[in-house]
Amino acid sequence: MDYETPRFLDCGEAALSVEFGDSVTPAVNARVLALDERLRAAPPAGLRETTPTYRALFLRYEPLEISRAALIAAIEALIGTAGVEASQPAVRWTIPCCYDPEFAEDIGEAAALLGQTAQSLARLHAGADYRAYMYGFAPGWCYLGGLPQALAIPRRVSPRGPTPPGAALIGGALSLIAANPMPTGWYVVGRTPERMFALDRSPPFLVAPGDAVRFEPIDANTFLALDARACAGETVARRERLL
Amino acid sequence: MSARLLIGAAGPGVTIQDEGRFGLSRYGVTPAGPMDLGAYLAATRAAGADSAIEVSLGGMTLRADGATLCVAVAGGEFDIRLDGRPMPSACLLPLAEGARLVLRAGASGAWCYVAVGGTLAFAPTLGSRATHARSGLGPRPLAAGDALTLAEAAGAPLEPLALAAPWLTSSAAPIRLVLGPQADYFAPEEIEAFLNARWRIGARSDRMAYRLEGPAIRHRRGHDIVSDGVAMGAIQIPGDGAPLALMADRQPTGGYPKIATVIGADLGRLAQLRPGEDLSFRAVDWDEAVAARRAYFASIDAGATREPLGAEMTTESLLAENLVGGVVNARD
Repeated sequence: MDYETPRFLDCGEAALSVEFGDSVTPAVNARVLALDERLRAAPPAGLRETTPTYRALFLRYEPLEISRAALIAAIEALIGTAGVEASQPAVRWTIPCCYDPEFAEDIGEAAALLGQTAQSLARLHAGADYRAYMYGFAPGWCYLGGLPQALAIPRRVSPRGPTPPGAALIGGALSLIAANPMPTGWYVVGRTPERMFALDRSPPFLVAPGDAVRFEPIDANTFLALDARACAGETVARRERLL
Repeated sequence: MSARLLIGAAGPGVTIQDEGRFGLSRYGVTPAGPMDLGAYLAATRAAGADSAIEVSLGGMTLRADGATLCVAVAGGEFDIRLDGRPMPSACLLPLAEGARLVLRAGASGAWCYVAVGGTLAFAPTLGSRATHARSGLGPRPLAAGDALTLAEAAGAPLEPLALAAPWLTSSAAPIRLVLGPQADYFAPEEIEAFLNARWRIGARSDRMAYRLEGPAIRHRRGHDIVSDGVAMGAIQIPGDGAPLALMADRQPTGGYPKIATVIGADLGRLAQLRPGEDLSFRAVDWDEAVAARRAYFASIDAGATREPLGAEMTTESLLAENLVGGVVNARD
């Protein structure tokens, strides 16, 4: 559900959650990101940090510098009477992704569960327009909205072993690019040679919350060639400015 | 020659911490930072340090190399010994070359901070020297044989001094919290049960979360929420009803309802509880939480007082004295 006006929820005395809805939808997330943008452009005194998530903007603030009431008033002024309009992605990333079973170890299992073939799953996954909703779990773990309905898949009851870095995963109604090996209940349906998070690169994080993302299918040989370039520090995903 | 701090022994979970890696939670980066900010600030301000070693119940042994180092210790009631001589649990001392400082778990408290005057020669990672072991950011946890180089060592006091600060005194008063952000996921009687219960810190508690053992808290609207941001001190109730208090190494976002959040002024007190120890909670409103925060930080800003360590002040000599045999007039 998308709320008409946001709910302001205390997270202790020094943080506030501004909640725009209770579900994962592009419209709710766009309102979160639009408020985030406005607050970052003109942060009220005492605001320390904002963290956009699917349906809420988390604000850390110093209550000895700004009261909760003053912070809420500042947010309401930024939202305005018309509410926050959906923010448009400013940047689109095209991320190479290999769906070859050698690099997508769960694609057969996920396809069987979804009544698809590995080929149709790959085609649907690479054909969609995604948006970076939020990061979570660990540095560089970027959750993507926009997974086609036909690929919505319940998460495993117990997690599978560590995923390789760069794994493209599906779980629930979302897709996700893993930044580092980690056990997960999601399904590995592809793998990108691009690094979502690399300390030796500036900026270290590839995608910003709100960016548009597409996957471009590549074969195994292309994967290996791009992987070597990515390991040498090159960004192999393509970046386009949309606005 | 540059000065070095040599680690002779280190228990598990001995890490470098500064105030934390803030500003990158939008990229999934945990701030980390000290479990007990007040104790961290007491140690770092006394020594003139920009970071500290956070010592867990496993303890640590260290020596100075190349110079006499200025070392401050503050935190729980750890057993601190300088070349065998007992020191107060909060102290500022000269660590002469070759002298041995031993920190062991003492009467109470779970963490203490060892700050060395000067600048530890660690390059910051993403703007901070804080260790977050789970994501591999910052220096790895310390181990026996490690040597930490000080880029610039600060001058040390001539004699050990005791540090006294009101906020370092532990108290059994209930830990205060503000209800929410998802208190509405729980029926009023479940919130009552949560507030009236006597909780115990579970054995599998660490820098990421403290497990609370007590009655199971039931959700009325399911245990799955759409993930949102998480503050340090948030009390998350997962599906099994056993609360988790999220601490310094929490993930920046979480998917379980949070019944309440511990207030800033009491986070250090919660952090200093050991597995097996009891606690209770008391709900306060935003204004009371802010008043407590103001008082807490004002008292930290006022600083710890330094007192010379007379021979009569050591634990050994106190234990040797007959303290109950005479009558003392407090006005003398």
